Amino acid sequence: MSMIFGVPAAVLSGQLLIGVINGAFYALLSLGLAVIFGLLKIINFAHGAMYMLGAMATVIMFDALGINYWVALFVAPVLVGIVGMVIEYFFLRRIAGQDHIYSLLLTFGIALMIQGVLTNIYGVSGLRYSMPDVFKGGVNLGFMFLPYYRAWVIVAALVVCFGTWFMIEKTKLGSYLRAGTEDSQLMQGFGINVPLLVSLTYGFGVMLAAFAGVLAAPIYSVTPVMGSHILIVVFAVVVIGGMGSIGGAIITGILMGIIEGLTKTFYPPASSAVIFLVMVVVLMIRPSGLFGKEA
Amino acid sequence: MNQPVNQTDIQHGILEQQRSEDRKKLMVNGVLLLLLLAAPFVMYPVFLMKILCFALFAVAFNLLFGFTGLLSFGHAAFLATGGYTTGYLLTNYSGLTTEMGIIAGTLVATLLGLAFALLSIRRQGIYFAMVTLALAQLVFFFFVQSKFTGGEDGMHGIPRGELLGVINLDDNLNMYYFVLAVFIGCYLLVQRIVSSPYGQVLKSIKQNEARAVSLGYNVDRYKILAFVISAALAGLAGSMKSVVFQLASLNDAHWHMSGEVILMTLVGGMGTLLGPVVGATFVVNVEYQLSQGPLRDWVDPILGGIFVLTVLAFRSGIVGEVQKFVKKNLG
Repeated sequence: MSMIFGVPAAVLSGQLLIGVINGAFYALLSLGLAVIFGLLKIINFAHGAMYMLGAMATVIMFDALGINYWVALFVAPVLVGIVGMVIEYFFLRRIAGQDHIYSLLLTFGIALMIQGVLTNIYGVSGLRYSMPDVFKGGVNLGFMFLPYYRAWVIVAALVVCFGTWFMIEKTKLGSYLRAGTEDSQLMQGFGINVPLLVSLTYGFGVMLAAFAGVLAAPIYSVTPVMGSHILIVVFAVVVIGGMGSIGGAIITGILMGIIEGLTKTFYPPASSAVIFLVMVVVLMIRPSGLFGKEA
Repeated sequence: MNQPVNQTDIQHGILEQQRSEDRKKLMVNGVLLLLLLAAPFVMYPVFLMKILCFALFAVAFNLLFGFTGLLSFGHAAFLATGGYTTGYLLTNYSGLTTEMGIIAGTLVATLLGLAFALLSIRRQGIYFAMVTLALAQLVFFFFVQSKFTGGEDGMHGIPRGELLGVINLDDNLNMYYFVLAVFIGCYLLVQRIVSSPYGQVLKSIKQNEARAVSLGYNVDRYKILAFVISAALAGLAGSMKSVVFQLASLNDAHWHMSGEVILMTLVGGMGTLLGPVVGATFVVNVEYQLSQGPLRDWVDPILGGIFVLTVLAFRSGIVGEVQKFVKKNLG
């Protein structure tokens, strides 16, 4: 067996694969946060809860109604997106003119509520969700074994990430969004319904989180607290990438997943902290993040 | 110009008004002090000490959030660092008297605060909140991995020891009056800071940082000092808490704790002196009452609901709302 830096190649590539997959989740989640922050200037502390809702909805819909994975892949994000828009309409809109800090505190409270209620109903031990049959098994690449589902997660996440980036940076709708946040009054003067645009953006951002949740359902343990574990890591990813930078969020997400995987191979005790260490270093050298503009 | 007499009259009137206000304040404070002194004979002292420790924690946090306008989402790190340091020292070095352990814990938290401040001070608003959150998470992982903290189990059986080697703190009453004395000392210190010229600069930074800069203030230095003082007091709260409960656990380091102290400050009234104390009392009581009743599993969602309600409906908190009410109806 070939060795790389004293570690068997198979172990290294296995950890790298896990790293890339985690990175795909970080990318999807930080992308949603970046969209919401970049366009609405809201730090969405409820993002982890939305990710969790996506995963929970997938499991619950399957158990109660027999709705399969492929349908859930579309239905769960839409449902969560509607929940997000309701939250935006009834709560976030009321504090629109206030200090941004209040949006952070408000979404934090909402996350506590959602998470707490679901914990009471479903407990914290985790729900079981079986993988669709298509994805059982995998392919041997010679140097490592690649399960089909993991490959699917990477592809799906990358496609959605790229699609979102394209939509916001390159299309007409995206330019409306960006303009609406620059000067909402002027946009309203041009006859564009800015409040609706804001609602839709928030809904879309949390849809991305829910989509990540559906992808996570077959491979991670689905519990009401799954979101709060990953949320803080994703915050760090967003800080490293540069707040509000859409492309930065995607690249940094995958990069951080890989770094985490490598750390797990070479020095396991530091693996959960390494992203925060990277963050400290980045902040010292480039306070506005790797891809952020100087604030 | 024509009526100099009138002007002095007005000045005199203002002075007189201020004096009567001061007198009122003194009376209120006197009554509060008497209540606090008598409280352990009516209520369980350990519960009261819990409130005092959290009140000090919230007062420390409020100095930064309420008066300087910096939202730290990582204050749990200082609470836990103070607690663990004091716990470790008192458990392993029996020669140390209790107050030395507490001072050491406070110092370590202060140094950590300086490190946090230097790293985060260049960012503002929500950026600042996220940076402090991530730094605190780093501290959390350090405590999870370290052997001396006891990991998930926490640090148990921290000896309360003797204050100055003389006063036996195993006695709950002695312990209570010690905690109360420290709390009142810190409260007066914060009161002094806030009303000092330095405190005025902090408030001006909160209101309009750009203007404070243009007036020639080195804003970063003011903010760093405020952060360090706040971290020191939070560490002191954690140190005392670990002595009172003879326990330091990961709960104190978790980011939920950072969220809780924000809730306490917000509910009580940020930017007021008494607000965080009222808020801490309120939150600790709500948690305790809920945990005793049929709603014991609903503490988190209910706290979340209080959070939402406070942000939406009464951002100035209990004390702020009462002040408004008094001004409107009685002033």
